[in-house]
Amino acid sequence: MAKRIEVSDLNVYYGKFQAVKDVALTVEPRSVTAFIGPSGCGKSTVLRTLNRMHEVIPGAYCTGSVLLDGADLYADGVDPVAVRRLVGMVFQRPNPFPAMSIYDNVVAGLRLNGVRDKGVLDEAAERSLRAANLWTEVKDRLGRAGVGLSGGQQQRLCIARAIAVSPEVLLMDEPCSALDPISTLAIEDLIQQLKDEYTVVIVTHNMQQAARVSDQTAFFNLEAAGQPGQLVEMDATEKIFSNPSVKATEDYITGRFG
Amino acid sequence: MTDIQDPTRVQLPPPNKRPDAAFFGASAGAGFIIAALVAFIGIFLLVTAIPSLRKNTVNFLTSTQWQVGEGDLAFGIAGMLWTTALSSVVAMVLAVPISVGVALLITQYAPRVLGNTVGFLVDLLAAVPSVVYGLWGAAILAPAVQPFAQWLQDNLGWFPLFAPGLASSGSVFVASIVLAIMIIPIVTAISRDVFEQTPRDHIEAALALGATKWEVVQTAVLPYGRSGVIAASMLGLGRALGETIAVMLILSTTNDTSINFSLFAGGETFASKIANNAAEFDSATKTGAYVAAGLVLFVVTFAVNAVARVIAAGGKARS
Repeated sequence: MAKRIEVSDLNVYYGKFQAVKDVALTVEPRSVTAFIGPSGCGKSTVLRTLNRMHEVIPGAYCTGSVLLDGADLYADGVDPVAVRRLVGMVFQRPNPFPAMSIYDNVVAGLRLNGVRDKGVLDEAAERSLRAANLWTEVKDRLGRAGVGLSGGQQQRLCIARAIAVSPEVLLMDEPCSALDPISTLAIEDLIQQLKDEYTVVIVTHNMQQAARVSDQTAFFNLEAAGQPGQLVEMDATEKIFSNPSVKATEDYITGRFG
Repeated sequence: MTDIQDPTRVQLPPPNKRPDAAFFGASAGAGFIIAALVAFIGIFLLVTAIPSLRKNTVNFLTSTQWQVGEGDLAFGIAGMLWTTALSSVVAMVLAVPISVGVALLITQYAPRVLGNTVGFLVDLLAAVPSVVYGLWGAAILAPAVQPFAQWLQDNLGWFPLFAPGLASSGSVFVASIVLAIMIIPIVTAISRDVFEQTPRDHIEAALALGATKWEVVQTAVLPYGRSGVIAASMLGLGRALGETIAVMLILSTTNDTSINFSLFAGGETFASKIANNAAEFDSATKTGAYVAAGLVLFVVTFAVNAVARVIAAGGKARS
């Protein structure tokens, strides 16, 4: 598990509007990469091209290539459904399935993949909940509704659900923006552990968070409203936050901008 | 009262309370009129029905006799209740899968233009007058489905619902099909609305797990819309229970008023019975018998709609 992502010449369009221009970047396996930048800079859009979730929006398409250990996600005949089974995703707002129990939420992805064996599901549920640091809190109430948990617990439940299917890559789109600081800390600790097994890419508006959790940081920006977003620079997180090569990056992370 | 305004600030006039009071009066009045109407209709039905019910010589709820002409009054609603329930429930069973399918097509599968077109066509079905449905059902649909009806009776006749019935085609079976077509628009419209409101979050959660479209429907759309679909079905059922003219034009009436389990029998529903015999409302006791039947229809429809409301409200509270 955990694969390298290589993005090259990526251009993303929503209908006639170009949202992202000429992005090229590489994400190392078993690392955490943070995407930062002002609103509308295309960081979430780029994240979504990594599991083809942008295609959910009518009229959205992209050009260029996204390679997962050399295999192009956009090659002819690649099924986006298959891509999403390799590249999991956690969203801004915790979104457990409301009609399902905690247990059913965690194993939902496995069931979609046709796993019916109770033993396999039980094992996966415990493993995933442990990996999401949620097991001790919910082990006595797995049959209760997932939406009955606190916001932070729900988000960890969603992470457990995403990793239950053993993805190669885990994408996180501002996973803490709807959470309180304590829950945020719990998720950040979790991200540190997850990188032992997964390639993690996280979009965040919180610069301290990017500095705390990530190994690499990519700064996205746009020249003006209505212009496509671009990758300004990507480097080791320490370097980006101490001595960035581009002035715009420094302005952004020091809060003089955006 | 002390002045709470700071005298050094711009002085605003005190708020005018009069339009507020007038609006409250108008809306409260409108609400009261509705409540009063329902109460008056209920009271009218009861007051007209009770004298006839007193003179009834058979059990009103369990008898299938209907003798309101000369001699002793003897009327019971069992036969009508059966025909009404059978035709409406079969109509619902036929209509709901089609409606849910169409609603899913419109909201989840079809491109926007196609979805809107299909939605528009379904809405058009609701615009067809029921008398036209009745004519079409009796003149065109009935003969067209007769071979299929005959086949069912010949091959599955051992099953009570498919037991051999009328020789002619004016059966409950045909009435149910027409009723199904008539309630498809309402069930589709409500299902479409609830499916459309499925939170994006839930759909994306399923997609991100690698769900196919059908799996998204199963894991996100249907669980979210279930209570809405049930409520829609009940509203459709309520509509079918009370449908009059189409059923009246299609159903063959028979002199044998006993309960016949077969879909291929004729019969009369509450509504068609009352409408068929409107010419007989020449004495208070006769009229009272029909009003009593109408009262039962009113209560049944009211109950079905109430259940639909409760289910719909329960679904909202949960999500």
